[in-house]
Amino acid sequence: MHRETILNTFLFLLLPVTALAAFALDEPFIITLATKAAILALAGVGLNIALGLGGLVSFGHAAFFGLGGYAMGILAAHAQSYTPLMESPLLIEGTKSMPVIWLVAIVVSALAALLIGALSLRTSGVYFIMVTLAFGQMLFYFAISWPAYGGEDGLSIYVRNGFPGLNTLDPLTFFCIAFTILALVLLFAGRLARAPFGLALSAARQNAERVESVGLAPFRLRLVAFVISGAVTGLAGALFADLNRFVSPTMFSWQTSGEIMIFVILGGVGRLFGPVAGAALFILLEHVLGGLSEFWHIYLGFLLLMVVLFARGGMIGLIAGREVAHD
Amino acid sequence: MSFILLVEQVLNGVQSGVMLFLMAAGLTLIFGVMGLINLAHGSLYMVGAFAAAAVAAATGSFLLALVAALAAAALAGCLIEMTVIRRLYDRDHLDQVLATFAMILIFSEGTRFFFGSFPLFLDIPAALAGPVTLPGGIQYPLYRLVIIGVGLAIAAGLFLLIARTRIGIQIRAGEADREMIAALGVDIAKLYTLIFALGAALAGLAGALVGAIQSVQVGMGEPVLILAFVVIVIGGIGSIKGALIGALLVGLTDTLGSVLLPLFFANFMEASAATSVGSSLASMSIYILMAGVLLFKPTGLFGEA
Amino acid sequence: MTDMNVQPLLDVRNLNKSFGALKATDDVSITLRPGEIHALIGPNGAGKSTLIKQIAGELRSDSGSVHFAGQDVTPLSTVQRARAGLGRTFQISSLAMEYTVLQNAVLGALGQSGRVMRFFAPVMRQQELRAEAMRALELVGLADHAATRTSDLSHGQRRQLEVAVALTLRPKVFLMDEPMAGLGASGSKEMTGFLDGLRAEAPILLVEHDMDAVFALADRISVLVYGRIIASGTAAEIKADPQVRVAYLGEEDAA
Repeated sequence: MHRETILNTFLFLLLPVTALAAFALDEPFIITLATKAAILALAGVGLNIALGLGGLVSFGHAAFFGLGGYAMGILAAHAQSYTPLMESPLLIEGTKSMPVIWLVAIVVSALAALLIGALSLRTSGVYFIMVTLAFGQMLFYFAISWPAYGGEDGLSIYVRNGFPGLNTLDPLTFFCIAFTILALVLLFAGRLARAPFGLALSAARQNAERVESVGLAPFRLRLVAFVISGAVTGLAGALFADLNRFVSPTMFSWQTSGEIMIFVILGGVGRLFGPVAGAALFILLEHVLGGLSEFWHIYLGFLLLMVVLFARGGMIGLIAGREVAHD
Repeated sequence: MSFILLVEQVLNGVQSGVMLFLMAAGLTLIFGVMGLINLAHGSLYMVGAFAAAAVAAATGSFLLALVAALAAAALAGCLIEMTVIRRLYDRDHLDQVLATFAMILIFSEGTRFFFGSFPLFLDIPAALAGPVTLPGGIQYPLYRLVIIGVGLAIAAGLFLLIARTRIGIQIRAGEADREMIAALGVDIAKLYTLIFALGAALAGLAGALVGAIQSVQVGMGEPVLILAFVVIVIGGIGSIKGALIGALLVGLTDTLGSVLLPLFFANFMEASAATSVGSSLASMSIYILMAGVLLFKPTGLFGEA
Repeated sequence: MTDMNVQPLLDVRNLNKSFGALKATDDVSITLRPGEIHALIGPNGAGKSTLIKQIAGELRSDSGSVHFAGQDVTPLSTVQRARAGLGRTFQISSLAMEYTVLQNAVLGALGQSGRVMRFFAPVMRQQELRAEAMRALELVGLADHAATRTSDLSHGQRRQLEVAVALTLRPKVFLMDEPMAGLGASGSKEMTGFLDGLRAEAPILLVEHDMDAVFALADRISVLVYGRIIASGTAAEIKADPQVRVAYLGEEDAA
């Protein structure tokens, strides 16, 4: 069995085992940390579809993370204040039902990714990076200056949203919800990479000229990848907002975009379980190093620098070596 | 909307534009010649501002503070160029983004460690503190006019440098064909360090000058950095002319938009709604401008296809 | 012997392209008939790459038209022309370097099938695509290296893979840009022999500098100098043409 498969199995079991152990030891805070890791990993898996598979360096993925978060925030806020979002021409009421919120988050993020992607993918290289960054900023400033949903102060949701038949307030239950979604998306992402679409997209990353010469259009492949990627990250945003019961413009910030990238890179860009490793490592650092020093970001910075300069394949690259050709 | 207010805002827009130009010029040179996308540029802006604030507080001299800003930023630039940046020239853009992002973390937290989280104050020197009366009876802060003057002078200086000096020729040749100038015997390592330090110095100067009007605090550089990116995207990477025009466009759009849009909306909305819609749109206006330019010219107004 | 009366599979008519004051392509017309190898030769700077780019759809001509099998492809993009039946190989091997040989070939077959927007079934297990890919690999002699990473291939093997990918497209026309580039003496001989048999698949418009290969393979040769075709005919005719000798083969005018 390949080293990477063994490592992936380990990473897959890491979070549920941690959560269950924490449950047994009655440490709900650790369960929450594992949940946070799962959700951030999900955001990273989304980015990895565009970045790792597609080679699209999107420095504005926080745009989708924030849109998912605000989809949740706006819908839940209206539900908890019993006022509809809109009365005419269409009656739209708020909701605190997770499945509905997730659907809205996915659709909104996908549409935004379609729009942003259609514009940004007309550029390439450095322009693309800067343009995606700029779009993220645009949404950030918009969220700050739109007073209806808290502006700079953000929006609090008093009670966690509901999932039919489950007690979502229970930390372990919510962890299971988040982890199940992560698992399903990982399954989907894995299949995507091996499917015709994935082969063509990754080929476009390696050599766009070659892809064109076999009659496939890189732009279309990349746009579809960008939309899927945005949708997944948006879903993560909705879950994140639900975890914290709080949404703020920070979810749109370039620092958030950078952090999502860090999860992917630390774990190993392009590797299916890279974001899981990266997010877990990040949460670990945040709580261990962060407990020791309030300036722990310096260490994060140095770690990131070292990884970029000397260990480009991230943790998975270091442990499992060169990627195995999919058969 | 009075004429006086309009002129004031236009001047503010120009002032904000020339400061953006100092950032953008460095960024576009570094990218044009070295092919490097440098997110740490905002940190160099911040270093300049902090150095200026510290020296001004210690010596009371604004001039010394500016010199300190230039020196500190250039020095910081040299340091990171020689240790980290030069390993990135051959790497792909993702690596450059991540490595320079890592440096933002290091610089920001490092600065916070030494100076704390509260803003420092840098005062406008007494000699430049008052208003000046412009033709038409308009009063405008002298300091801001000085900033405009300094910015335009530097723009002129950069144009001269690129067009008339040997370094300028090396820069232009480097933008056209990086490998070739190495083959022609130009000391690439020194040239790159020089250009990086020059860009850093410009950023540091901008940080110090603006630090006197706004506050000097950790994280002040990144919003400016991102705006500078927008400027380069609009103006075209590698073009100083594009950086200047782009910067003025962005500065004016930002300043005038935030004043004019709420007023515009006040015509058919009540005041508070007008302000919120107006300022929201104003904050997005720059990005809408950028998107507009990209629709017609994906490589910016003066960039190469 | 090719049938002179059949409609050409590639018909380039009166292409013109200028870059400012430089006329890179000057009223160029070329045809490619079924089963033939038509070589395009010319000194460096003659405008061969510019011409190839216009035929492939990478560059818009100022005027003139390009037709594949009777269809006017002038308004079509590179991608569309590939789908219309243009199999192109590049002067510098253009392959997905992280992929295995088989993956590159499957990519070609995938492009040809057009069914790329599929997100669930593993592509490397699709029998149709694998079969198509293996056929091409067998034809070029790379079948044994199907699992080798492309970056580990030798230069000659990469040139072979270039051709294999073009084969998976089942093209109507091959457009080959210096397939011998970088191959040593024995490699060139092998490639020459291979290309000779390839014309049965589809006719080849061959841009080449290797004169031995050109004279061994070509049914017709066209000579491009300063953007203009100065001579076109059989190998014997071209060798004898005084203009060609002066312009290209470097001989002085026979006294």
